[in-house]
Amino acid sequence: MTAPLLSVRDLKVTFPTRRGLLTALDGVSFDIAAGEVLGMVGESGAGKSLTGAAIIGLLEPPGRISGGEIRLKGERIDNLPPEAMRRVRGRRIGMVFQDPLTSLNPLYTVAQQIIETIRTHSDVSEAEARRKAIALLDRVGIPAAARRIDDYPHHFSGGMRQRVVIALALCVEPELVIADEPTTALDVSVQAQIIDLIKEICAERGASVLLITHDMGVIAETADRVAVLYAGRLAEIGPVRDVILNAEHPYTKGLMGSIPTLTQESDRLVQIPGAMPRLNAMPPGCAFNPRCAHAFDRCRSQRPDPIDRPGNRQVACWLHAPEAAHG
Amino acid sequence: MIAYILRRIAQSVLVMLVVALVSFSLFRFVGDPVATMMGQEASQADRVALRERLGLNDPVVVQFAVFIGRAATGDFGISYRLQQPVMELILSRLPATLELALISGVLAFVLGVSLGVYTALNRRGWLSAAIMSTSLIGVSLPTFLIGVLLIWVFAVELQWLPSFGRGEVVTIGFWRTGLLTESGRASLVLPSITLGLYQMTLIMRLVRAEMLEVLRTDYIKFARARGLPNRAVHFGHALKNTMVPVITITGLQLGSIIAFAIITETVFQWPGVGALFINSVQFVDIPVMAAYLMLIALIFVVINLVVDLLYYAVDPRLRVDRANARH
Repeated sequence: MTAPLLSVRDLKVTFPTRRGLLTALDGVSFDIAAGEVLGMVGESGAGKSLTGAAIIGLLEPPGRISGGEIRLKGERIDNLPPEAMRRVRGRRIGMVFQDPLTSLNPLYTVAQQIIETIRTHSDVSEAEARRKAIALLDRVGIPAAARRIDDYPHHFSGGMRQRVVIALALCVEPELVIADEPTTALDVSVQAQIIDLIKEICAERGASVLLITHDMGVIAETADRVAVLYAGRLAEIGPVRDVILNAEHPYTKGLMGSIPTLTQESDRLVQIPGAMPRLNAMPPGCAFNPRCAHAFDRCRSQRPDPIDRPGNRQVACWLHAPEAAHG
Repeated sequence: MIAYILRRIAQSVLVMLVVALVSFSLFRFVGDPVATMMGQEASQADRVALRERLGLNDPVVVQFAVFIGRAATGDFGISYRLQQPVMELILSRLPATLELALISGVLAFVLGVSLGVYTALNRRGWLSAAIMSTSLIGVSLPTFLIGVLLIWVFAVELQWLPSFGRGEVVTIGFWRTGLLTESGRASLVLPSITLGLYQMTLIMRLVRAEMLEVLRTDYIKFARARGLPNRAVHFGHALKNTMVPVITITGLQLGSIIAFAIITETVFQWPGVGALFINSVQFVDIPVMAAYLMLIALIFVVINLVVDLLYYAVDPRLRVDRANARH
């Protein structure tokens, strides 16, 4: 197996607050291979977006990476000086944000924003950048791109704006695209188109994708592998089919159980009792143990690390420890 | 666009008519002008003759129409006190006030915006804290006190700058300027600081607040995620969005700088229209007061019009005629 494009090891993100240090991400590790789509799911506050922000180096102060490392093609990028990290952003890692209505600067035309980005990262003439921009807009499915390019963002609908945002994120051909809930703010009818577009265009360019979402359906259709985050910790990671059909972590099982299906007989959705613990009130041991139906003594005292499982999977659960002795 | 401008001009004309009505009522309600003009010894026949000559026996509506007609051609009658045409008086004083207002306005705008941007970008720096605390003085001290303090320090104690008057002036056409002589420029320093200090701190605080707001927006985050250099993010993307509300306030402030130059002109014995107005009030010189009122209203109206058009130039979202139904 070749070295992964992105390798995150033991990532820890902390926020100093008046009441002490909050650990928002704790020991998250995963790899993304070249050309692979890794889906990342979890409920709100699980640390999905924070992982994306940490990778691209845009954590909001006072949040900071306080442990672990992030490598892009073997080169560490979590401790780069700001100027070097800026050159990685856009050039090597592109990012698509959640809300296309607010992601574009309202006072500049689409052309100005794309051309500025292209010319920041590559030494091309204005005319050349413009040609590239039009081709790219055409590729992401903006009709009459050559004419629309001089329009302002408010001239576009939400779906079209997200296409523009994708074009902007991809205009310097990054190796990795972080898509942070790229369809949450869009109409359901447009969501599938946008997801397909991201998948296709990244496949064309050989870019890997970190797809952050809370929509299991999107992951199932798009991702090669899926990582499940819970309370800032990685619960489970593995090929998307296996994880969906045969979840090993009780939390993932609960997540899957809460997806409505047409064949389901009961008219109530299964839900996981309780709520995710607050960051300043993490239970000892496994973060999920207060809500877990299978929790036993060890879960309440000792924190499980991800355990390698057959089929290129990992799960952080004592139920699957080799020496597991139930109860 | 044309329709918009025409509509705004029509509104401005309406405002001017209302102000004209107020100015006109000054003549009617602040004592009998005939009594003021003729003094104690005039005979009844003289009074009647003058009354007839001034058109005071016509119906009020006719008098108002005549007043507006004359005002439109710049004829506000003769000053009771100085026995000169009011317009001539005002025009001879206006350059002094406009120069003072313009210098303070530019000073306030340039310093206000740069300090505002600096304090927004270096929010936690000690220099920002110092600037912010000092700005409280600018906001809270009354203008005349600042003027007197400046005179005391720089004119009386240090003897660096003159404490009153305009210095030597050069006449170009009807415009008497103090900008071309050494003493003229030196005389401008203290009054323009006095007049502009409040506006400067106001603009600075506004720019800072707006800028902090804009820096939190998604499009700034997205601009950073595309790897644009800080310079481009701060001054290209953030500052332009900051300026939209700042332009309005600055425009209105320029109006108030001209209108409220009265106090500064009094403190520094500046030979401008403000000082002329104060003297006219003391002598109940109604034609001058009425003309001054109209002039200030005109300046406000014109500035407002210009600000609205600037708004339009800065923010493409207001150019609605193009945006209609383009999805």
